[in-house]
Amino acid sequence: MDALGFKFILFMITALVVIVSSILMATRKNPIHSALWMIVTFFAMAVIYLLLNAQFIAVAQVMVYAGAIMMLILFVIMMVNMDKGDEKDTTKAPWSFGKKMAAALLMVILLVELLFGALFYRMTARVGDYPADAVAAAGNAKTVGALLYGQYLFPFEVASILLLIGIVGAVVIAKRNK
Amino acid sequence: MFQEIPSGLCLVLSGIIFSIGAIGAITRRNVIVIFMCIELMLNAVNLAFIASGNAFSSMDGAVFVFFIMTVAAVEAAVGLAIFVMVFRLQGTVNADEVNLLKG
Amino acid sequence: MVVMKPELAFGWIIPEIVITLSAVFILLLSAFRRKNDIGRLAGGVSLIGAGLALFFTCRLWNSDIDIYNGLYTIDNFGLFFKALVLVISLLVTLLSLRYVEREEMIKGEYYALLLFGILGMMIMVSSNHFVTIFIGLEVMSIAIYVLCGLLIGNPRSAEASLKYFLLGAFATAFLLYGIALIYGTTGILDVREIARYVTSGNFLITPAFMAGMALLIVGFGFKTASVPFHMWTPDVYEGAPTSITAYMATGVKAAAFGAFLRVFYTALYPFLTEWSGMLWVIAVLTMTLGNITALMQNDIKRMLAYSSIAHAGYILIAFAVGDRIFSASILFYLLVYTFMNIGAFAVVILLGRKEAPNTGIESYAGLATRHPMIALAMSVFLLSLAGVPPLAGFMGKFYVLSDAIKAGYYWLAIIGVLNSVVAVYYYLRVIMYMYFKEPEGEIGRMDLSPAYAVVIVISIWALIHMGIFPRSFLLIARESVNIFM
Repeated sequence: MDALGFKFILFMITALVVIVSSILMATRKNPIHSALWMIVTFFAMAVIYLLLNAQFIAVAQVMVYAGAIMMLILFVIMMVNMDKGDEKDTTKAPWSFGKKMAAALLMVILLVELLFGALFYRMTARVGDYPADAVAAAGNAKTVGALLYGQYLFPFEVASILLLIGIVGAVVIAKRNK
Repeated sequence: MFQEIPSGLCLVLSGIIFSIGAIGAITRRNVIVIFMCIELMLNAVNLAFIASGNAFSSMDGAVFVFFIMTVAAVEAAVGLAIFVMVFRLQGTVNADEVNLLKG
Repeated sequence: MVVMKPELAFGWIIPEIVITLSAVFILLLSAFRRKNDIGRLAGGVSLIGAGLALFFTCRLWNSDIDIYNGLYTIDNFGLFFKALVLVISLLVTLLSLRYVEREEMIKGEYYALLLFGILGMMIMVSSNHFVTIFIGLEVMSIAIYVLCGLLIGNPRSAEASLKYFLLGAFATAFLLYGIALIYGTTGILDVREIARYVTSGNFLITPAFMAGMALLIVGFGFKTASVPFHMWTPDVYEGAPTSITAYMATGVKAAAFGAFLRVFYTALYPFLTEWSGMLWVIAVLTMTLGNITALMQNDIKRMLAYSSIAHAGYILIAFAVGDRIFSASILFYLLVYTFMNIGAFAVVILLGRKEAPNTGIESYAGLATRHPMIALAMSVFLLSLAGVPPLAGFMGKFYVLSDAIKAGYYWLAIIGVLNSVVAVYYYLRVIMYMYFKEPEGEIGRMDLSPAYAVVIVISIWALIHMGIFPRSFLLIARESVNIFM
């Protein structure tokens, strides 16, 4: 088996894992099960990022999503749903007409997109200045870092303000009223 | 270097995940699960960015993903605080039972 | 590897820096001062900050420069919207001075988040790069998710915050997917570069690109509260603190339309024929549904929410017409809309009490006999919203509709006119309640502090002035949209 075959097969397996685990995530009754499947999805996504030469993002994915965000979500589920354990008979709940229509519409969009994505995919984009091997030679994290502190300095600074807003907002909102 | 994974396939995968997330967000009732579905959608977006960036050797996609992750983290912090507040005031986080405002 | 050196162009972003510093200063103030005397101080600081920022913004007028490697742009279009949102922040801060005391909100953080929201709007409207637009949008949105829930202990406010958060995050995902698809097909994130690339001949339009465009419309449609992405609007507007409702109805809408316009009139302008039809449908749906649902509302905040949806529809008329010069009337409309809406919400705040928000239409019965001046002011705002000459609301509608006719969109113009006729009914209904109904129960003394009076007087003056002398404002709007030429 050559290198191409290995990479491709790995991709297909991870893609399958991602799809299955995300479907399970969206359908489990118990929010905690959903959260655990979500973590599987995030890890599988990280593997796909690695296959796509995005090492820095893969690591960040594991740390930020699978680590921080899912931790927070699990924590809140425990806090909020401690006594109930799960949400009340979701599957039996009658869907309203609007929900049905919206879901159907989304299904159609999904199918159309799949069809077009597979059949009509064409490289129309302008080629950039960061070929994968050059980036790998310089170091992926280093390249991203140089971009963040160079070209993307302004949004990077604004992102820090965004984090400040997040902190202040979360504290203000969650403050217990006496 | 060996040949890369076709980015058309990655876009298809990202489309599937995005749609699963969107359908989940519309049909589920527990707001925490809805929020997780939205996170899933953001992940699909990240995948699309990474796959496209990789396909035409551009790093802008990766940088954009970095910003999306920042935003997702902030949204998680604020959103979960909001869920806790709603739970304290109304004793539930089911979207159907939180309905003081008609509509 | 290309490493670009960051440039430190502080001179061009002084307004943003001033706003950020004032917000941080307010946060620090509220950390170090006792809780009960912070309100006025924080309000004062934010007024001074916004005023200074407005001054510096006006000083920068007529500059056209890209800074931070093209990630931020200072041009007349951005400056117009920046000045607009700063005016909104001044007016909303004035409205809040007494309101936050009355509702016993957390004061320091309230003003800080208000300013951060303004910062997000300013960043969002003055960038030609998707990264910065997105970050600005999120700064704005997250500040407002929190602001909606700041009536601590009020379940309605919490619910408004929850709904806005969930739908806002949902919409953000759509917007991002749109950006991702456009990036995936062009390889560029800079709005003007995309315009250059797609017309260069190397580009081939694919379904993925079209899907990206459609998803961008969905994402911006949520933020501008256009049908069919409007379902959150009435609930959130009703539950949120009234001052924040005014802020959302004007500021968020203005900023979202600013970014929407910039993206569609530069990057996607070569595909006008593709998106114009979609916006045509959305404009018609937005106007019609907004107006018809507003007819059935008995709560004034909900009525104003639907009316704001309908006004987004009128703005979308000019948008769908897709002529670059005509987009000036969008800017003019947003300017006019700001004053009439903030004025109306000021009166809603005046009538409210901590125990009872008094937003039902029956609270307005007999207002004219008790408080003739306030009833008169409210009538001016409502008539302007309805589009009665000589008030500015009429001129706004007139420009939008005449643009549609000039560009040959007769049906759109006719539907617009029919809609404004329908709209007159529900605005007049409130006026009728105020002047011809007997009051039910006691309204009580009106807490007419000078700040409210200032807001109301400024709004009325602006509406009359812009209604009679619209030319100079339209010329400013024309200068702003010159960047699209």
